[in-house]
Amino acid sequence: MAKKISILIVDDEESVRDSLYNWFIDDGYAVECAESAKKALSMLEAKDFDIILADIKMPGMDGLEMHKRIKTLNKEPIFIVMTAFASVDTAVQALKNGAYDYVTKPFDPDDLSHLIRNATTQIVLKAENEHLKNKISSLVDVEDLIGESEALSKVLKEVESVAQSNSSVIITGESGTGKELIARAIHANSSRKYFPLISVHCGALTESLLESELFGHEKGAFTGATFNRKGRFEMADGGTIFLDEIATISPKMQIELLRVLESKTFVRVGGNKEISSDFRVICATNRDLKSMVKNGTFREDLYYRLNVVNIKIPPLRERIEDIPRLVNHFIKKYCTSMSRDLISIEPAALKHLEEFEFPGNVRELENMIERAIVIGNGKEIRLKDLPMGKEVANSSIESLDDLEKKHISMILNKYGWNISRSAKALNVDRVTLYNKIKKFDLKLDE
Amino acid sequence: MEKEYITIISGGHFEKNVLRVISEDIIREFHYPVIQQVYSFDLSCYYHPGRRQYDANGILKEVLEISPPDSIKSIGLFRVDLFIPILTYIFGQAFLDGNTGIASLFRLKNELYGLEQNNPLLIDRFRKVIIHELGHTFGLIHCPYPNCVMRSSTYVEDLDQKKNCFCKNCREELNRKRGLELMTGR
Repeated sequence: MAKKISILIVDDEESVRDSLYNWFIDDGYAVECAESAKKALSMLEAKDFDIILADIKMPGMDGLEMHKRIKTLNKEPIFIVMTAFASVDTAVQALKNGAYDYVTKPFDPDDLSHLIRNATTQIVLKAENEHLKNKISSLVDVEDLIGESEALSKVLKEVESVAQSNSSVIITGESGTGKELIARAIHANSSRKYFPLISVHCGALTESLLESELFGHEKGAFTGATFNRKGRFEMADGGTIFLDEIATISPKMQIELLRVLESKTFVRVGGNKEISSDFRVICATNRDLKSMVKNGTFREDLYYRLNVVNIKIPPLRERIEDIPRLVNHFIKKYCTSMSRDLISIEPAALKHLEEFEFPGNVRELENMIERAIVIGNGKEIRLKDLPMGKEVANSSIESLDDLEKKHISMILNKYGWNISRSAKALNVDRVTLYNKIKKFDLKLDE
Repeated sequence: MEKEYITIISGGHFEKNVLRVISEDIIREFHYPVIQQVYSFDLSCYYHPGRRQYDANGILKEVLEISPPDSIKSIGLFRVDLFIPILTYIFGQAFLDGNTGIASLFRLKNELYGLEQNNPLLIDRFRKVIIHELGHTFGLIHCPYPNCVMRSSTYVEDLDQKKNCFCKNCREELNRKRGLELMTGR
């Protein structure tokens, strides 16, 4: 046994204390005794016990009152009450107060052994549960956020310090830098981690769709609303809501959002019942919200409501020292998911990756590695397996932006400007494609 | 004078051959010589009329008082129904890491559980309780190993499942504790 289970016996009768003491000591428990509830409480202030076995009837404070006081000490031992006189009323009262069990003296030796064994199992399971929960949280952090650069370490420190608070957070950074990952890390390290993290990609939804998505709707609220639907704010109750591309929401939605953030209550579209939800807001954007406030496209009051903490994620080109680590991580990730042997990367290919600007940041690097594994020779990633490797080989004199613009335009035209199909063909998500269209000012007739 | 033997104190009538096998068990398991004593206890003062049982704590204390001062450990053997205040019955009792233990064969009888009398089984159970209680006096606690004599037994069926000897771990622990006792002269 790694740690001995500790038992505190509280009884005014010395013979009972001694008998129980000897019984439990023989079983290898760490046992201490108190002759009164008052003494037990003072012992509990100094030390934690796993199990308390207390008599109900004691001079001065009785066992039930002692149990109430223990709860105010913020301690959670397993509390077992014992009495010489079986009374259903006291038993019910003890169990209502949260006692683990109730036994009458004298006990059958086997019953006592079972009782303590079951209590011990519960203690061990509880400890194991806590340990596993901590392990899960740390896995989220370690698995997803890769890099040891100074720039990323600074971000992680900010995540750590902000996670425990309930403050709103705005995460800024270029597309593909991992804003959602940072939001997940904040959530996973907060006290809300056992409740959901709900993500909403505001940029991918029209105003009316976003409204229905965030607030939910009642049956018949609009054509096609055949059932009641919970909104994202409602689903995030107790947890965190992550609003990606917050800068894209319309002025009307900005007012709605501000109202919800201030009152934490809302009404479903087409409904009239006020719903309250306890959520934390984390937003992300790749736009400069401050300048949007200045030019009047983003509400100042909403900006200040959201911008309690601001975390800026550096672009990949500002943390090139993380590239080898990221490359290895993505090789491992995709080789495992494709059930392939782990492969390496040719030094020349890695060098080119380190020199590349990565306008699409970590997401672009990830897509490149995935593609290279798919088309490669199954042994190592070569320069020619990388898209820009081919361009190097072709000695193209066009800039990367020009090439990217041309390629996106070609794909969009090929799929008749169907965003979903084009994004799938380009192996990027819809938000990224929308951003690229905006960035390159692409139009339907182009 | 060095404490070099274990004393069996008979608090009731036990046949010679029973005491002989018990002595052999003790010598085999603890490697100490054994001396046998008979003592006439006045058990009436430990009798609880309400429970119709005998207070084991009181008897244990008296066994401690009458133990030969140069005996390393003493075990009192009885035929009466023993109890401690919190438990409905016990088979035996000992001071953990102390000098004295007691054991009774009253609750070990088959006929008490509606079964046919079986004297060899009764003696077999009694021998296990004695080694178990003496194990406690050497500081051994209950063992999770199912066959070990130090396994906690609350029913006679539990006693029948285990052997009358220590498992490897308890044996090692006993040797370690015996070594310590010899060094400190306890």
